[in-house]
Amino acid sequence: MIEHLSTPLVWLILLPLVWATLAFCLGPGRGALLGLSGLGLQLLCAILLAVEVAPKQTVTHLVGGWQEPLGILLVADGLSVTMLLLTQAVSLPVALYAYSYLKQGQHWFWPLTGFLLAGINGLYLSGDLFNLYVTLELIGLAAVGLVVTGGAAGQVTAAMRYLLASLVGSGGFLLGVALLYGCFGTVSIRLLTSLIGSQAPLAVWLAAAVMVAGLLLKTALFPFHFWLPPAHGGAPAPISALLSALVVKASFYVLLRLWLGPFAGFVSPLAWLPALLGSLAILWGGCQAIRAERLKMMVAYSTVAQLGYLVLIFPLFGTGSHAMQIGLLQATAHGLAKAGMFLAAGTLVKASGSELIDGIATMAGRLPVTLFAFGLSGVSLMGLPPSGGFLAKYMLIDAALAVGHIWIAVIVVTGGLLASIYVFRVLRLAFLGPGDERQVALQPVSAVMEWTAFMLAVSAIVLGLAAMPLFRLLEGVAG
Amino acid sequence: MSYNELLPLLVIASSLLPGFIIFILPERQIVLRTMFNLLGAVTKLWLIGLLLVGVTAGEQYGFRYFLAPNMELVFKADALALLFVSLSASLWLLTTLYAIGYLEHAPHRSRFFGFFSLCVTATMGIAMAGNLLTFFIFYELLTLATFPLIVHRGTPQAMRGGTVYLAYTLFGGALLLIGIVWLNQMTGQTEFTQGGILAATDGISRTHLKLVFLLLIAGVGVKAAIVPLHGWLPQAMVAPAPVSALLHAVAVVKAGAFGVVRIVYEIYGIEFAQSLGLLLPLAVAAAVTILWGSLRALSQGDLKRRLAFSTISQVSYIVLGVGIFGTAGTVGGLVHLVHQGIMKITLFFCAGNYAETLGIHRVDEMDGAGRRMPVTSLAFSIGALGMMGAPLTAGAVSKSWLKTGALAAQMPWAIWVLSASSLLNMAYFLPILYRLWLKPLPAAWPHEEIPVNGVRETHWLLLLPPLVTAVATVAASTFSDAWISPLTFARMIMGIEYHTPP
Repeated sequence: MIEHLSTPLVWLILLPLVWATLAFCLGPGRGALLGLSGLGLQLLCAILLAVEVAPKQTVTHLVGGWQEPLGILLVADGLSVTMLLLTQAVSLPVALYAYSYLKQGQHWFWPLTGFLLAGINGLYLSGDLFNLYVTLELIGLAAVGLVVTGGAAGQVTAAMRYLLASLVGSGGFLLGVALLYGCFGTVSIRLLTSLIGSQAPLAVWLAAAVMVAGLLLKTALFPFHFWLPPAHGGAPAPISALLSALVVKASFYVLLRLWLGPFAGFVSPLAWLPALLGSLAILWGGCQAIRAERLKMMVAYSTVAQLGYLVLIFPLFGTGSHAMQIGLLQATAHGLAKAGMFLAAGTLVKASGSELIDGIATMAGRLPVTLFAFGLSGVSLMGLPPSGGFLAKYMLIDAALAVGHIWIAVIVVTGGLLASIYVFRVLRLAFLGPGDERQVALQPVSAVMEWTAFMLAVSAIVLGLAAMPLFRLLEGVAG
Repeated sequence: MSYNELLPLLVIASSLLPGFIIFILPERQIVLRTMFNLLGAVTKLWLIGLLLVGVTAGEQYGFRYFLAPNMELVFKADALALLFVSLSASLWLLTTLYAIGYLEHAPHRSRFFGFFSLCVTATMGIAMAGNLLTFFIFYELLTLATFPLIVHRGTPQAMRGGTVYLAYTLFGGALLLIGIVWLNQMTGQTEFTQGGILAATDGISRTHLKLVFLLLIAGVGVKAAIVPLHGWLPQAMVAPAPVSALLHAVAVVKAGAFGVVRIVYEIYGIEFAQSLGLLLPLAVAAAVTILWGSLRALSQGDLKRRLAFSTISQVSYIVLGVGIFGTAGTVGGLVHLVHQGIMKITLFFCAGNYAETLGIHRVDEMDGAGRRMPVTSLAFSIGALGMMGAPLTAGAVSKSWLKTGALAAQMPWAIWVLSASSLLNMAYFLPILYRLWLKPLPAAWPHEEIPVNGVRETHWLLLLPPLVTAVATVAASTFSDAWISPLTFARMIMGIEYHTPP
């Protein structure tokens, strides 16, 4: 028994489940403290796992010692460890922020966040399609629950729309899983990858189509993004941060796994399709963010745009470039920067009492730490150096030009310029000269709220200077 | 890490760390802030002194670090880097002193000096960048660090100036980025190398190389304010005087001009660029800019605006020097990189003094100011005479080398352009000197803020920096053959780039 519990793999799933359940029983006060300590331990587990995976490239664990197909196989490679590290690194500061930010809604925040993280961690460690489906469903339900914790009418509407999208997405995914199981009698990704060759029968094509469509819907890739801005822009700030930084990445990860694994043999001629949608997402999301009047809506549309970059790597697979690494770097940089930006936006909205971008003008200059957090996150989102976002975009342009996809390079550069318009739209407010309305009282915000956002933003910048460990971690992953 | 790797990093850290500390310091900690500022500036000068001694003795200083596979951060403190680094560091010290006096009692000083230090850090990085990627990183950092300085006052004009500045520079940055990646695709590396990296490579389409050249030069040309990419510069002069001084003399426009130098000499190679036929168009663009800037300066009533258009014109002397193929032209361009900085910063310091002390912003308000502020006006006159290329000033040295170069390269039209520019310079500077010294004192100054105190016409911190740079303007010409003069250094660099002994 002890040996089964000695691996960090299991604890990454168990810990959030345990503290989520306890938090539900104990209530927000002690539950929050439990949650925060649990998150600290999870971060430690993720780091331990990274240390273990780095030399071996893959670590597996059979839960309870039962063999497949009866037991559940947990697999961790560089790809999953990177996402696990990102998840824990973002959720700890966000939870600290939430502890200070949320007044009502704490009661639901801790249990739901625990289940959400158990789902996300479980997803990254799953080695078979059915578990992926289960974790996707768990993530979706917990996320919808989190959106409604605010309790306002707009949030409920947004949550219902989100629920619908999420259920349709997982439904499509489950249909695909069933089709594949019908054809091959297994749901193991490893086995399916070797069974499905380049000559896929119609049923496999159909499975691939519904699964990819379902995942794109969950990832909110243009034009499936309709549910994202109201849900992410309307939820309380720490929840927006979790949703934008982590939740949409989970379904992208599954897409990546399938694309590089079971479907690799026959989907590559269609790689331009996600990339095309991604390009449109970058342009549309950027323009909508520029037009947005509410600050958090702007940040949410920025997520729509940034998700577009993730799928631009699809036509670059197999061209000898670091396409997968670029995608993961972009996912990590965006995760850190967007969490920082949503938290900073939440602080600005809370301090000024106004949700409008123009409404925070009176406050921006008076919260320098928060403003720096917003600005530094913005630097990474615009893809300006030095930042993780810059490295990802530079390498993306490099890889695209290497195979003559000039249009990808143009889209990436244009997206950066669009981002600079909406980021500076907010930043410039800090420098506005003293006006009459300057004397409006500042609602108190805690130092924890200011500094957690700042730390996340700084890590997005530091990632631009210390990305080599990430590349080494991802070296052995097939792609 | 060895000493020779550490030294360039310390040069960068000596302004980066004070910058971080200043951001954290509370607004009222004036003494501590000033201390960190000056400590950083003096340390930097000392470190650069060490570098200068080492480089003239033939030492190699550099640092390399992998950001990602195939993406290397490279610093290299070579002679060309030191030319720019020493200029920036000396003028940073002076400008910091000036800014302390200028911003006394002004709000948001922590923010101001913090970004000021970042701005200088970016300039150091640009100067010591060892490849195009590193250059680009600091080039963009400079954009980010200068924006808060330009909009510092927060007035509607300042906000407009800042927005225009961002629009131009971010767009230029995007062009530069594409150019860099494209070039990297074709050559596999973009390290700055004496004599260039392209001459040795075959099988690269010449058309592509020309297109990349266009992208790169357009990218750096935005900051160098080459016509028609100059629109941001007159708008950005709404910034406080120390910022304008730094922007026009060492930071932004100089970063652009320095980029042109690095790209032409150490990426394309001057001889290869000539064989591609790229130098003539560059020289023509510079000539157009020189004349256009001077012509527009004529009609500006606002003193700082007039100086801004004058900068557009003067910075392109450097580009012209690069575009003139031949050793003398190179020396002229490189030496003007330093000389223009010293002269233009003098003028902006003085313009700031008039504005702060007497409330003078327009040229027609300057009547008789020479009698009220003789020291400032003397410094201003020396700077202006230098710009015209009068004998015994730094400007004369630059112009004579440029003209010799143009003659040797058989580009007589360039001589005409330079002469015409000198005439235009006179046309917009002499009336100011006439007003300063020969017009009678007005009944009252527009807004006299600092009263006369004995022989002290204004705050001593405002007086000292322009005086030093004015003296330097004369010294750069009088002692142009000294071992440490900008001219000696420029000739040394020329020797390296042309593979000929100096």
